[in-house]
Amino acid sequence: MSEERTPLWEVFIRARQGLAHRHVGSVHAADATLALQAARDVYTRRGEGLSIWVVPSAAITASDPADRDELFEPTASKIYRHPTFYDIPDDVGHM
Amino acid sequence: MYTQGLVSIEGAGGAEEERFQARVDAEERIEPNDRMPEAYRRTLLRQISQHAHSEIVGMLPEGNWITRAPSLKRKAALLAKVQDEGGHGLYLYAAAETLGSSREEMVDALLEGRAKYSSIFNYPTRTWADIGAIGWLVDGAAIMNQIPLCRCSYGPYARAMIRICREESFHQRQGYEIMLTLCRGTEAQKAMAQDALDRWWWPCLMMFGPPDGESQHSDASARWKIKRFSNDGLRQKFIDATVPQAHYLGLAVPDPELRFDEASGHWHSGPIDWEEFRRVLAGGGVCNRDRLEARRRAHEEGAWVREAALAYAARQRRVAA
Repeated sequence: MSEERTPLWEVFIRARQGLAHRHVGSVHAADATLALQAARDVYTRRGEGLSIWVVPSAAITASDPADRDELFEPTASKIYRHPTFYDIPDDVGHM
Repeated sequence: MYTQGLVSIEGAGGAEEERFQARVDAEERIEPNDRMPEAYRRTLLRQISQHAHSEIVGMLPEGNWITRAPSLKRKAALLAKVQDEGGHGLYLYAAAETLGSSREEMVDALLEGRAKYSSIFNYPTRTWADIGAIGWLVDGAAIMNQIPLCRCSYGPYARAMIRICREESFHQRQGYEIMLTLCRGTEAQKAMAQDALDRWWWPCLMMFGPPDGESQHSDASARWKIKRFSNDGLRQKFIDATVPQAHYLGLAVPDPELRFDEASGHWHSGPIDWEEFRRVLAGGGVCNRDRLEARRRAHEEGAWVREAALAYAARQRRVAA
């Protein structure tokens, strides 16, 4: 029963105007048009969105979870990137 | 894409397994490319793919009544429900694929009879009341099973379950409403509702799986926070929730030993016929052969559509190149 595999697409949906498209899942489809149709049927049966993006899964380059510490840990020590690091007298008012 | 560079930590020694367990114990979610014990991956893949197969096969008993639904309202609702089941199967296949299996492999495993699906779908839907009973009881039991899975340690499975649970509450309500309408109808309609409850009650209790202690996979699944409540615990919760609903309908639960235990606050029920459970699971149910036959036929009859779509896509790519 083996047959040619149908490509995988990642589906992103904008829930309403003003929000970014957000990853909701994936579908299999032969081409982009069919992927859009499948995404519409599978992920928007209850008014979940106003716009759909489909992206071939193979086109996504992901960071390696094993590199997580190396990539993201250094920001933890850089507390001077946050506004609360700086002391401003209350008299100055809201800043 | 999730399957690229899939890492398992089999044979990597106890320290790594301990680190994994510590992450699970800390309620950290495990995501597709994270390192995980091979047994964890296999357990999840088996469970999620069986769950997906159940959704897909579960479309068949109800699909049987779409063309014979008694009103346009019931027909539209049943169509929407069956379409949801198809969608749920797809969310779950997608979650399973992140564990390194392909959709084609999973579908083949189902069609060749190597993969299991919930044995509840091997029972026939003889009357319209069965559609009410399925929504009320089968979906009710499924929701009871699935709510704890929304907090499963594996991220993609938990996310699929959240979506599924949100959509399924309509399934149960539409089923109960069908039962309510029948029970407020003629004597014959009420008898039809009672007959459906008589046939579905025990198989629904079996949906929670073998009694604690006999279940093969429970220990590891509990440790890995895939399963958060025991089979018997969930079954009792379902009984406690459902018996009053049956009484509201004016129906009798087909269990002569059923009685409310004031001390514990639970409904005490009689023994379950596990022989029947094993027989149906092993292929001896009324509909096992029909269900697989229907799935095989659908797959074979759809083959030309998949081929044509792929051929068209390949030609469009050539034209563009």
